[in-house]
Amino acid sequence: MTALLRHVAPAERISSTSFSEASARTRVELLLDPGSFVEFIGPEKREISPHLRIFDLPEQFDDGIVVGHGRLDGSPVFIAAQEGRFMGGAFGEVHGAKLTGLLRAARQIRSTPVLVLFDTGGVRLQEANAGELAIAEIMRALMEARTAGVKVIGLIGGRSGCYGGGGLIAGCCSALAVSEPGRIAVSGPEVIETNRGVEEFDSRDRALVWRTMGGKHRRLLGAADVFTDDTMQDFREAALDLLGLVGTFGLDKLKAEQMRLGDRLRRFGACEDAVDIWTADGIAHAETVPELSADQFIALANRIGRTSRDAR
Amino acid sequence: MTLDNILASLFPDGHDVRNVNGVIFGSAMLRSGARTLVIGVADRTAVGVDEAIRLSGHVLDSLDQGSGPILILVDSDSQRMSKRDELLGLNEFLSHLAKVLIYADINGRPTIGLLYGHSAAGALLATGLATRVLVGLPGADPAVMDLPSMAKVTKLSIETLQEKAKSTPVFAPGLSNLARMGAVHVVWNNAAPLADQMEALLADMPAVHDRRDALGKERGGRLKAADIAERVRELALQTR
Repeated sequence: MTALLRHVAPAERISSTSFSEASARTRVELLLDPGSFVEFIGPEKREISPHLRIFDLPEQFDDGIVVGHGRLDGSPVFIAAQEGRFMGGAFGEVHGAKLTGLLRAARQIRSTPVLVLFDTGGVRLQEANAGELAIAEIMRALMEARTAGVKVIGLIGGRSGCYGGGGLIAGCCSALAVSEPGRIAVSGPEVIETNRGVEEFDSRDRALVWRTMGGKHRRLLGAADVFTDDTMQDFREAALDLLGLVGTFGLDKLKAEQMRLGDRLRRFGACEDAVDIWTADGIAHAETVPELSADQFIALANRIGRTSRDAR
Repeated sequence: MTLDNILASLFPDGHDVRNVNGVIFGSAMLRSGARTLVIGVADRTAVGVDEAIRLSGHVLDSLDQGSGPILILVDSDSQRMSKRDELLGLNEFLSHLAKVLIYADINGRPTIGLLYGHSAAGALLATGLATRVLVGLPGADPAVMDLPSMAKVTKLSIETLQEKAKSTPVFAPGLSNLARMGAVHVVWNNAAPLADQMEALLADMPAVHDRRDALGKERGGRLKAADIAERVRELALQTR
């Protein structure tokens, strides 16, 4: 399979490869300019989690994240990509520390943006304290980098979505691009159901999960700036668009975000379902939004959806 | 200690801090004469969109009008686990609160968290873990996730988790475990006046620089994080 793909022209491969189905390494390879990626502490260094063996769980030599440097359309970028197929892309001690180190360097350099390809269920519970703290350190390093002028773009379209602390890190980014499979939330469906009961949230109701946490709803709310189709080509274009659009971070952005979120609560705080929110937002036949194709939805979102890049 | 006892011990000269539906807000005079903004979460209240936006609003108002350190008291549940909160984008509200606190700290308003009860998961990330210095009070019982949810996600039984929790600091709930990780800088003595301990902390405030990973290494709770982050940082700097 791999040998066959090597014969496919790069342009064809990038437009035919699904972001959600690709591995973290394939995402990095196809998102960046061909051959430009250099990894930091790659799997050959075998820096594994020191904690998983306590639970008799298999380790991975890169601890489920790829970080490094490359070029996007000729310009230097830092990149981090989570592997959602290893421990659900969860943040452990080593996994998180790699992203923290990358953001700390970006803060010092100032001019090199950072792309974060999220694919995570949140904290890796087998090393919960280290994972939780790793997320806190990433948020701090990310905001210090943004304060120093660094653009940090989040790309969300993996099978594990962007849950738990991953959702909080995503909320710290300068801008987000999301595809239909990319769900963004803090509490996952099963966690809500376990704590509050199936009447509050039926985690097996996939349609409910998608319209509450999925990419389309997040785009319409303004939580994500760009909705994209699920190919590597679309995500690459989205990343380039967002890098061109986002401005510098400062107090004005935080004040605007306070207004933006407060306005959302006033307008939609009494809505019981995403369809009610979309209807209140003026979308005719809102119940059909989940069925719209990517192109149809993007046209709708560009007409009605909010953007948040000046208010986040 | 109760919230009233804590406030009385911290601010013997008086304060106007109120607890309204679990959200703490007010100000107090410090020994130095400076005023401190006091916010927080009380009564093990869950932090949802409504609580988070009130807290971030208080901090933003204070950035315009006030000066001095910002104290955030924490006795919360985890984030509010509900359909409504997720529907409205809880991740953005919690991030926003954390961002406002981090921004304040970087820009001359040092932030101090005081964990005096429970807290967990996203609520802890948006409050105590978004400060420069997190202080614990004896009896505080933070956790990353409640055991039933953890059992559901890890597919391990609650009994197995309880057994492993006894022997594994990196995973187990509790103040001392978080301190070993470097998350909690210091645990105060609740038998001595908190005002004295606050004065000592403010007189010797750590620089604006996240040293929690180094602290975790010194304390033996996280042996790899600081080194991995530093190695990646150095490799990344070499690309210049």
